[in-house]
Amino acid sequence: MSSIVSPTVLGAPSGRRERRVPGGHELANASRTAQRRQRTDRLATLLIWSGAALALLPLALIIGLLLVRGSAALSVAFFTELPDLSLPSGGGIANAIAGSALLVGIASLMGLPIGIAAGLHLATHPHTRLSRISRYLSDVLNGVPSIVIGVFAWEVFVRPVGHFSAWAGGLALAVLLVPLVARTTETVVSLVPVELTEAALALGFPRWRTSLQVVLRTALPGIVTGALVAVARIAGETAPLLFTAFGNAFWSMSPDEPIAALPLTIYAYAGSPYEGWQTLAWGGALVLLLLVAGLSVVARLATRRQLSRVGAGR
Amino acid sequence: MIVTTAGALRFTDFSVWYGARQALHTVTIAIEPGIALALIGPSGCGKSTLLRACNRMTELVPGTRHTGTVHLDDGEIHAREVDVRALRQRVGMVFQQSNPLPRSIFENVAYGPRLNGVPDGSELTDRVTEALRRAAIWDEVADRLDDPALALSGGQQQRLCIARALANDPEVLLLDEPASALDPGATQRIEELLYDLRGSVTIVIVTHNLQQAARVSDRTAFLYDGRLVEVGETSALFTRPREAQTEAFITGRFG
Ligand SMILES: Nc1ncnc2c1ncn2[C@@H]1O[C@H](COP(=O)(O)OP(=O)(O)OP(=O)(O)O)[C@@H](O)[C@H]1O
Ligand SMILES: [Mg+2]
Repeated sequence: MSSIVSPTVLGAPSGRRERRVPGGHELANASRTAQRRQRTDRLATLLIWSGAALALLPLALIIGLLLVRGSAALSVAFFTELPDLSLPSGGGIANAIAGSALLVGIASLMGLPIGIAAGLHLATHPHTRLSRISRYLSDVLNGVPSIVIGVFAWEVFVRPVGHFSAWAGGLALAVLLVPLVARTTETVVSLVPVELTEAALALGFPRWRTSLQVVLRTALPGIVTGALVAVARIAGETAPLLFTAFGNAFWSMSPDEPIAALPLTIYAYAGSPYEGWQTLAWGGALVLLLLVAGLSVVARLATRRQLSRVGAGR
Repeated sequence: MIVTTAGALRFTDFSVWYGARQALHTVTIAIEPGIALALIGPSGCGKSTLLRACNRMTELVPGTRHTGTVHLDDGEIHAREVDVRALRQRVGMVFQQSNPLPRSIFENVAYGPRLNGVPDGSELTDRVTEALRRAAIWDEVADRLDDPALALSGGQQQRLCIARALANDPEVLLLDEPASALDPGATQRIEELLYDLRGSVTIVIVTHNLQQAARVSDRTAFLYDGRLVEVGETSALFTRPREAQTEAFITGRFG
């Protein structure tokens, strides 16, 4: 400060003053600092951008490759026929698509109600011993490799009855589903403001009705989102089905028999020496991707509805 | 002015603990039916605790316990045979932050009557309409009862919450700083509405605004550090406090 003012006060020659007033070296310093910051900023932005691009690259490659190789397999026969080695195209994977639907259906029917109920309990009674234990177990289960779940399911659901079946596969997937859904349900339910619960209780609502009509209803879009994401996740699981659903080259809709599934078909055909079957595997992978992507889109739409509902008028 | 004979509250040697922390110390106070009582005192002195004890909302906090008694009319509210849900319908509550449920305006007010078994139809509509009228919000919502309650302004939401409580036809109405989040205009509407309700329902209101206490209440209770220091006619308490602590508080020397 003083160095800017002093020349004037001292009556220094104008030429010198011009060098030292605002255009002087301090401002030059300041602008150099600004330039340096700008450069750092640009560099950081560039780094972050390239990091993001690098992370997205494999994803883009996977999707691109699947679209190119997979779409070649798509035809009416692909969706309606069974695999047939005698045809150059390899036939279709109707059995795997239907089988996956059945497996995911069984898993959802068993796993979603249990998972959602557990999550609701965790959120409404967060500190009980039961809640603490089941939260811990859910986290452990969510971290267990799915092949281990497969082995467990084989021991419990296959060995006692002596044969592979869609039941066993569905149950194995349900075992994966429950902890996933429980934790997401817990998260969204505990986001419901305590004021709403108090409002209902102060009106004379019984506890259970408060849970169902207020808490559950408010959190429903979030719960649906969590459920859809979890279902999408288990739909692509292969390992738990290896020794439970086992796979089936023929058409079967009987829950009591071994059944085909998309991930199993991909697993089996991708490694086969026949080009037709390899193509089927690509097609199956594409169908699986579209299925999962579709579920995610639906989930996103549901979330957006919840956000706009909570945000309305506030 | 209709003067109700129901809705008398009597606390006797009433103490509350949150875990190990005592929030109320042997409070004894009688609240006559149909009056408006203001609870004042510095932050943390136990106003909300005393208010929430009136309809047993304190119990919702895990680890609370109490000693002493609270009578609503002639019944002890903690007695084993008391149905806490019925108690909460007789003793309605309005919170600091308006908290309509994320449903329509009509649905919000219809909750209480529905809970009491009033079927959909003209009786339910009448009950909802009357409650909205008493809460002085009918004119603003009459033509949009099916709109989401959350689309209302803060002041309207708060009056909706009062209407929702009134739809249960309660004997006592508890309000915890009902206007502290509102602008002066909305605050005035709430105060006018409370003034109009006097006599028909016992009102207990917590407020940090001493002018507001003076405007809406018949009697005022001053709490300090979990103890009831003084209770009396509002006009007398504000002009001739008996206790030095009360005087210090209302003259702004602390709290
Ligand atoms: N849920 C709770 N858990 C533990 N302690 C609590 C809880 N609620 C209140 N307390 C304690 O009890 C005492 C009284 O609290 P209370 O909320 O009744 O005060 P208040 O007079 O309403 O204060 P304010 O004017 O800030 O709202 C305080 O010391 C507070 O810390
Ligand atoms: Mg309070």
